[in-house]
This record gives sequence, structure tokens and C-alpha cells, in this order.
Amino acid sequence: MSTPLLETDGLTKRYGSRIGCAGVSFTLWPGEVMGIVGESGSGKSTLLSCLAGHLASDAGQIRYRDRHGETHLPATMSEAARRRLAREEWAYVHQNPRDGLRMGVSAGGNIGEPLMARGQRHYGDIREAALSWLERVEIARDRIDDPPRAFSGGMQQRLQIARALVNNPRLVFMDEPTGGLDVSVQARLLDLLRGLVRDLGLSAVIVTHDLAVVRLLADRLMVMQGGYVVESGLTDQVLDDPQHAYTQLLVSSVLQV
Amino acid sequence: MISVDDVSKSFTLHNQGGASLCVMRGAELCVAPGECVALTGPSGAGKSTLMRMVYGNYRIEAGTIRVGTVALETARPRDILALRRETLGHVSQFLRVVPRVPTLDVVAEPLRRLGVDADTAHARAGALLERLRIPQALWQIAPATFSGGEQQRVNIARGFVHPWPALLLDEPTASLDPANRETVLELIMEAKARGAAILGIFHDADARARVCDREIDVGRFTPARPTLERRGQ
Amino acid sequence: MSDYNFAYLDEQTKRMIRRALLKAVAIPGYQVPFASREMPMPYGWGTGGVQVTAACLVPEDTLKVIDQGADDTTNAVSIRGFFARVADVATTQRTVEASIIQTRHRIPETPLREDQILVYQVPIPEPLRFLEPRETQTRKMHALAEYVLMHVRLYEDIARHGEIAKSYAYPVRVEGRYVMDPSPIPKFDNPKLGDCPALQLFGAGREQRIYALPPYTRVESLDFEDYPFKASKPDQPCALCGASDSYLDEVITDDAGSRMFVCSDTDYCRERRAAGHRGLMAAPFEDDADAELPQ
Repeated sequence: MSTPLLETDGLTKRYGSRIGCAGVSFTLWPGEVMGIVGESGSGKSTLLSCLAGHLASDAGQIRYRDRHGETHLPATMSEAARRRLAREEWAYVHQNPRDGLRMGVSAGGNIGEPLMARGQRHYGDIREAALSWLERVEIARDRIDDPPRAFSGGMQQRLQIARALVNNPRLVFMDEPTGGLDVSVQARLLDLLRGLVRDLGLSAVIVTHDLAVVRLLADRLMVMQGGYVVESGLTDQVLDDPQHAYTQLLVSSVLQV
Repeated sequence: MISVDDVSKSFTLHNQGGASLCVMRGAELCVAPGECVALTGPSGAGKSTLMRMVYGNYRIEAGTIRVGTVALETARPRDILALRRETLGHVSQFLRVVPRVPTLDVVAEPLRRLGVDADTAHARAGALLERLRIPQALWQIAPATFSGGEQQRVNIARGFVHPWPALLLDEPTASLDPANRETVLELIMEAKARGAAILGIFHDADARARVCDREIDVGRFTPARPTLERRGQ
Repeated sequence: MSDYNFAYLDEQTKRMIRRALLKAVAIPGYQVPFASREMPMPYGWGTGGVQVTAACLVPEDTLKVIDQGADDTTNAVSIRGFFARVADVATTQRTVEASIIQTRHRIPETPLREDQILVYQVPIPEPLRFLEPRETQTRKMHALAEYVLMHVRLYEDIARHGEIAKSYAYPVRVEGRYVMDPSPIPKFDNPKLGDCPALQLFGAGREQRIYALPPYTRVESLDFEDYPFKASKPDQPCALCGASDSYLDEVITDDAGSRMFVCSDTDYCRERRAAGHRGLMAAPFEDDADAELPQ
């Protein structure tokens, strides 16, 4: 496809006199996975929240082109319209599965909710979809009626991913999707995400401080420091041939195993 | 197919007083379809640096590099990704993959990314693994636990699983036993025969002599004495 | 009586409630906040319904009050007595004679008419309350018509029990817009909510909300295509009047587990027996509709 999916231009968010993120411009194409790295407070999470419409930006533009080819400006849309757009086109994966799941509702209900939100009213179909997604994220089918409370952290995160992707979104926002998981569980999750992104042709924006995660998942990388994007480009190029002082510091700070 | 024209490269180390290290100046070469060109030169001459620039892994500061119709110095990330997916294959020295992914999937992945269905991709991957004598018992195991030679063969299988029109080979025969070395050389010859343009680094002089049409001494492009310039102060 | 303003509430308060009622009628199913007053009865005894009734009453009205279908239970008796005293209006036990019917947890079996008003006592007006405790969030959900949680709840019911287990206060969607709690009426009554000729008003005193269904409003009970809504009741006829189309109460008759099912709507049952219908356990009919009930 030759038209961009998401474009930002000079996106800025301030918290009083403090800068959240400033002057962020980029173009995301269909099927691309973009990583955003930086230390805590670098503005990467603020940027993700602005992109996903959870935070209103103070300046700059966001343009999104939906599956029908129509362009939307989420910043100027009504909340109802923006939420509809988010429901039909986007998904959000939180670092903490508790933020993305209903802990008291069964796994099947959690996966089924986005389908019901889009008007699916056939119980059997919803259940079938939930079962097939459980399988896809490697959770046993017979766990469908268990609440996420009864799941391990890795399973909860996989369940959150199933819930996020069940509606066939075109763009997925992920905030530290592997944070808080054991290393071995992380690896399995990364492989799962990679396969899903490839098979579903998803575009994604992934915020993380883990350079290994972006190397494996992201096609492109933006490095943020103090609210600004200091370097961006092809992921392996930015990591292997970093140009900016901060990126060099970041890359050289990673422990080698 | 591959052309390098007046390419220079230096590294600026911001966290070491802003030292700038120039490692290459005026590099030039080209590789035609069906041709295999070896990069030679002493260690540190910049063979790997040049390969990495052709692959888009290192930034090109000055000069031009073209692979097929893509000019790497101005290409956007998505152009480079498309180039790697469709046109430019790469066998690196070390295998870098997601942990715990089965070997067969590792090898089949480039095909899956091109949209080949899982069965076809696995069949082709399996055929190559078999040719490279990786026992079928290991196909469902992640390669991280393999020996160096086995990992290298998995890497090679991954690099030959799709008939890329251009190939970069970094020490493809290192740490291989004679039989497997022979197989790899066959694979290279077959790639040449189908018209692939190959650029490689071969420390194995005999292998180089058998598959390479030309050699380019990268030492020619190394600045006489690496110039170290301190900035600021 | 003369010590009180007509129908207990002062005119300003009645005006305030009527304004809320008009707004509620204008936006069917929408919960309108109102400044609920202290009433001379405890919360939970129908203070919301009483205030709505008080704001609607005129001296010419005939009032009927039912509690779970019955005219003769404590709650019904005391509210009827209250209005007989502070408004001096006529009261009745006959659905067909009433111009205003205040109800707790039932809709009369006898079809209502355009010249009647049905006033519901509502304990919890917010259908989303037990799914989302934050009022700020539920208001937003109503505003954006994001009601998926209701279906998640129904899904959970089917997953757990094999069917939608909710048997009363079964949520409805009004005119395809607002999801509304019909108060704790049995789901058997849900079909009577829609396309009803009478005006239906809902008052929640403690929660300070009023909502309404204007006559002939479209009301749909939430369900799934493959688990459609079913208005259920005990599968047998009334033991007294033999009716098979009315909602039945289960009455335990001894300590050995014997029981009988009788119409929950006492007026409906009596009218049928007066017309000669007999159930299996019916005694000879004796009309007590105009008997003096304790006040």
C-alpha cells in the first residue's frame, strides 16, 4: 500500500511548563512496526497516549487513514467519534494486564467484549471467536470460563493481546508489552507478537525501554530524550550505528549476556 | 546489481570526548548478476563495515550505494525493509533470532514474511536443513542450544531459503566441517548460476578461489592512518 | 388534611419534580436528577415513587397502590393511606378504575389505557451500577451509548449457567438509545413496558433520579440472537383463578413442603374469580374489593 496509515506533525504535549513531548513528526505506513525507546520521563509514554487519543495534545497534528481510505483528525473529533474510531481501527496493549483486562470477567468474556462492543450479538459466534483466539495466544481452550485472576502474569498478558486483536485492528499501540514478565515468558510473548504482526499485517507503535524488544519486533525506531525525538531510522541501523550521543549512551549501556 | 561509489564512513564517539574515527574513504565496487565478488584485506580494513553499509545496517555518510533500483543513502526505512525482504539476502556471521523459536520456523521466516503460506515455507526450509545435514530431530528445537557449526548452518539455510537476486555472505564457510563446507559452496554456485549477485567475505582462501570471480582489497579504501580528530575544547 | 399542602409536597417542590418529569418524558430512558425531598417514610419504602405520584396527583384522580402486585401489603396500604390523608383523593384496588397506579416491582396484568399513569418505585436506577461503580464513568457510558458491559454480563450468565440467569430488573434498551433499569419487576413483565398506552414514570428517592417511558415507546430487552429474551413464569395455572397468562407467586402452605402458585396481581385474580373462573384450590368466591382495608 502506498498511503500512510498514521502521520503526525509537530505533536506537542506540555504539563504546565514541563514538556511531555515536543515537535514529534513521523509517518507510519501500513504493516510497519515502530518502536519508541528512551528512559523514564523521556516522553515516550506521553507520546503514545497522545497518539492513542488518551491525552489531548497541545499542538501539532495527527492524521489517521481508516480502512475505507478516509482520513481522520482524532484531535478535532468528538469524543464519541474518536472512541468509535479507536474501537474499530485500533487496539491498545497495556504494560499491566490489569489495565487492559476485566479481572472479574471470564477469559471468554474479556475476549468477547470488543466483539460485542461492535454489535456482535450471537453468543455462539462470540464464544467460537474467543476459543480460537485463546488457541492463538497459546492458552488452553478449557480455561475460557476462568477469570484472569486465575492466570499467571504471562497468560494474562497473552489474554490481553487476544482481547486487543480480536477485532482485527489495523494499528496496535503497545506500552511496554513485555515489562514485568520473566525473561523466559518474555521470549515466548515476543515470538507470539512477531507472528501475529506478520500474519495479520498489523501496524504497531511499541513503547519500551528494552532495546532487545525493539530489535526483535520493530522495523523502525525513534529514540526520545527529554520529550524530543533525538534520532530515528531503521531499527538495526539506529542500534548498530547510533549517531546521537544519547543513543550511543543508551546502546552502550545494555548489558551483554 | 550492487554498486558502491565513492563511499566514506566515520564514527563519532560522543561519549568519548566526541572523537571522530574515519574508517573508510572513497570505496568503490560493483557486482553484476551471476557474479561473486570477495572483499579482502587485513582485519580492521573495513570489510564488515562495507558489507553493513550495503545491507543498510550502517548509515552511509557520503557517496552512493545501489542495490537493484534502491539507493541506500536516501532510502527510507520501509524501502530498505522491502529491499531486504525481496531483493537482498544476508548470511551474517552470527545467528540473531527470537529465543525459543523452533529452527524450522527460523529458517522459514523470510518466506513467511514474503507471504508464502506456512506449509510451503516449512517444506522449503526443511529441504535446505536436510541438505545442510541438520538432523530432523532438531528442527523443532530453538537453535540457541546448537553448536557453533550447527547455528552457522541454520543461518545459511535462512540466507538461501529465498532466491534473493543479491546476496551478502559474511564468512559462510567458517566453522564448518568439509562436507558441509562443500554443500555451502554448492549453494553459492547454484545462486550464481541463477543470476544472483554475491558480495562476500571469505577467510577460507580455497573457498574464495572456487566461488569468487573477483577480489577487492578493501585496504585500498582505508585511510592511510585512521584519522582521529578531537572535536570541541 | 388541611394541615398539609395538597399531596404533602409544597408547590415549588412539585413544580421542580414536574420539570424533571417533563425532561424525562422528552428523553425516554434518560435518568434525570432531581432534588429528592425527605418524606415521612424511610428510604426503600417508595419515597421516589411517592414524590412522583404527589407531583402528578390532582383532586379528581383515583389512586391504586400495589406492592408486588398486591393491594393489601404493608407498603401498599401505608402509601394509599398516606395519599388518602394528605390529598384526599379517591383510592381503589381495581386497575380499571385507577387513573394513577403506584407500583413496587410489578406491572398490572390488566392492560393499561392512555388515561392512566403507572408510577414505579425504583431502588437503584443505574443499570450499570454493579458493572461499573463510578457514577462519572456510567454517565459517560450513557452519554456515549457504550453499553457493551451489559452484554458482557449476559455473556457471563450464559457461560456460567447455560442461560441468562437474570430474572428481575432485566435491563432494556429504550428507543434504541438509553439502557434502562425497569426497577425490580420480574422479567415476565418486560414485554408490557414497550408500546404501552399508559405513561410510565420511574422515581428513585434515595438516588434522586427520575426517568420515564412515554406512551407507545419502543422497549427491547437485551439478549443474544441465539439466546433470545424469554418472559418466564412458573409453568402452571393460578391455583385460585386458573389463569395461565399471569405472573405467579409461590406460596408455602405448610411445613411439609406443600405449596401453591397464585396470581401475584391480586386485582386480576379477584376479577377473574368474580367472572366465574376457578383454579384447582379455589374456595367459594367472596368479593372484598370494596371492603375497608386497614389504613
